[in-house]
Amino acid sequence: MNIKKILPQLLTLLVVILIFGFFSYNAQVNMENRGITFGYGFLSQESSFDVQFSLIEFDGSHSYFRAYLVGLLNTILVSVIGIIFATIIGVVVGIARLSNNYLIERTAAVYVEFFRNIPLLLQIFFWYFAALRALPLPQDTEPMFGVFFLTIKGFFVPAFVWNNLDIFIYSIIAAIISIIFIRIYARKKQENEGIQTPVLSISIGLLLILPILSFLFGGVDASVEVPVIKQLSQSGFTYEGGIKLPPELISLALALSLYTATFIAECVRAGVQGVSKGQKEAAASIGLTPNQVLKLVVMPQALRIIIPPTTNQYLNLTKNSSLAAAIAYPDLVLVFAGTALMQTGRAIEIVSITMLTYLSLSISISIFMNWYNKKIAIKEK
Amino acid sequence: MFKYLKQLTSLVAMVAVLFTFTTETMAAKKSKTLKNTQKKGFVRCGVSQGLPGFSNADAAGNWTGVDVDVCRAVAAAVLGDANKVKFTPLSAKERFTALTSNEIDILSRNTTWTLSRDADIGLTFVGVNFYDGQGFMVRKNSGYSSVNDFKNGISACTNLGTTTELNMRDFFNSKGISYEPVTFEKADEVVAAYDAGRCDTYTTDKSGLAAQRIKLSSPDDHIVLPETISKEPLGPVVRQGDSVWEDIVRWSLNTMIEAEEYGVTSANADSMKTSDNPAVKRLVGAEGELGAALGLDNDWSLRIIKQVGNYGESYKRNIADTGILPDRGPNELWTKGGILYVPPAR
Repeated sequence: MNIKKILPQLLTLLVVILIFGFFSYNAQVNMENRGITFGYGFLSQESSFDVQFSLIEFDGSHSYFRAYLVGLLNTILVSVIGIIFATIIGVVVGIARLSNNYLIERTAAVYVEFFRNIPLLLQIFFWYFAALRALPLPQDTEPMFGVFFLTIKGFFVPAFVWNNLDIFIYSIIAAIISIIFIRIYARKKQENEGIQTPVLSISIGLLLILPILSFLFGGVDASVEVPVIKQLSQSGFTYEGGIKLPPELISLALALSLYTATFIAECVRAGVQGVSKGQKEAAASIGLTPNQVLKLVVMPQALRIIIPPTTNQYLNLTKNSSLAAAIAYPDLVLVFAGTALMQTGRAIEIVSITMLTYLSLSISISIFMNWYNKKIAIKEK
Repeated sequence: MFKYLKQLTSLVAMVAVLFTFTTETMAAKKSKTLKNTQKKGFVRCGVSQGLPGFSNADAAGNWTGVDVDVCRAVAAAVLGDANKVKFTPLSAKERFTALTSNEIDILSRNTTWTLSRDADIGLTFVGVNFYDGQGFMVRKNSGYSSVNDFKNGISACTNLGTTTELNMRDFFNSKGISYEPVTFEKADEVVAAYDAGRCDTYTTDKSGLAAQRIKLSSPDDHIVLPETISKEPLGPVVRQGDSVWEDIVRWSLNTMIEAEEYGVTSANADSMKTSDNPAVKRLVGAEGELGAALGLDNDWSLRIIKQVGNYGESYKRNIADTGILPDRGPNELWTKGGILYVPPAR
């Protein structure tokens, strides 16, 4: 009885081990035959190449491991930007698709059908090569609000130069902690006495007042550094100072969010439509206001339908960000599985690290979304 | 006349194939790659995705270029027919993996010979078929006349995963100039981005600059600066560990260069059999047993010269006549002021 149960599993395990064993043995023999050595020691070697755009300080004197970090952070950056914008656009479009206004509903539908049916790589090429060509050269740019410069060489925005930045950050942390306490207190109060506290306005107030106090009394000081045009040659210009967002980042984030937003919009629509009409009517009949119906009855149920497929979209967006290599955005694939692989020739090592990294990124997003999903799931009391 | 030539070559090819099959020499036994190539009936050659003058396919899918000619020479030597080559276009990123993983047997793809590539990743460089150096292309109206005019903040477009990326850093670092590297995987994308104004300069091997300039929207608005910032000896590469195959590729290339040195061309090769110069006679297989040492017949070098031509013919046909680099510069024979110098075939 027991053996009957265990034997097939043991056999399966054995087959899996054999397959892995065969492939690693095969790789080992072939590499030995061709005089290729295996090892991760190269990660500490000097990388000797530069990267266009990096969140941490990097140049060729740093190690390959740091190049890996640069690529990873850039991947995370474009994914986070993409996820935020895709969610905002997706929710707006999803709700617009439910609108009673014919024009709004149709516009949203056309947007969804158009953007989700064109391959993403083509969209990235479109935003980068077609839209980029239409942008003006640095010297011909009309500034937006006098301080933003959108040019073919990138989007130049003003930067803040801080004094005592740490005190400013502490003030924000203090505000967030107090908001958490106020929320717990407000909930208790509502459960015990049935009185609602205006948590939202208090939170916004705290988030504004504490940082302002840090400016007035904490010695925090920020000045704005506006980009200034700089002449490189008789015909070439660029901007100096401020922060530069490379056009590669902008086109990639734009393409990723517009593409993924179409799928999220459909998730949102499905979620809201999935809440039965009777629920809304029942909520209205016990005297809840339309806002309360949305907040307390519709959204909690809709979110349960929306979140699992949206998690998939977030994962897709993160993985799709690897298409960055096509337009020179220095993400993990371009910097590490591209340049670093070429310079070291360590294909197996680098590809394995890159695969593991994407796997961990995806699993982290999954774990977070599952946790959130569980948190908002119906709790039987 | 042409028809006759074709028949003759195929006859020679058949005889050669029969010959090599029946009298399988020690070399052939030792070389897995040679054996496989003869079994398959074609040479597997990795080339670029389109670099005029070096390896470029026309609309009908016919490959031409000096890099292509190296593979054709090997096919002529080993299989008797210069057309028996299967070309695989590869990006800079894919090229070495394709070679080490047995997808191709020769990588002839404007690849720079460096120590780390030669020693570290299971490759062997067999020679140099083009001496190049890295340069910069800029817009004419920029007023730049030298790399010394470059200023902080300049953006430079180039290809990903090449020695160019490393040289660029060395160069800008030594000049103390801060720069923005913009690296693409495909050469066409680099050209498009530079053309759009994304970058102030486009840097790669000078031959590449000359070839890619033709693809710009208005080539005359761009110039290549005079400075050369690196040594880029480009040459064919083979897998490490098959020394016979390595020798075959090396000496196929050397034959083309030596043929030019002795004035042997595709037109006069047959008549050179009766030359007074023993070196020339060895080159066309009329004297000595040089083919046997490589596991080939004795006409291998004659076939290379007749079917592909000598190095000078190949250069003229692919690079000079196409207007890419009419001046041979360092790629002239050592006897004519260049640095092309190969060991003697004897």
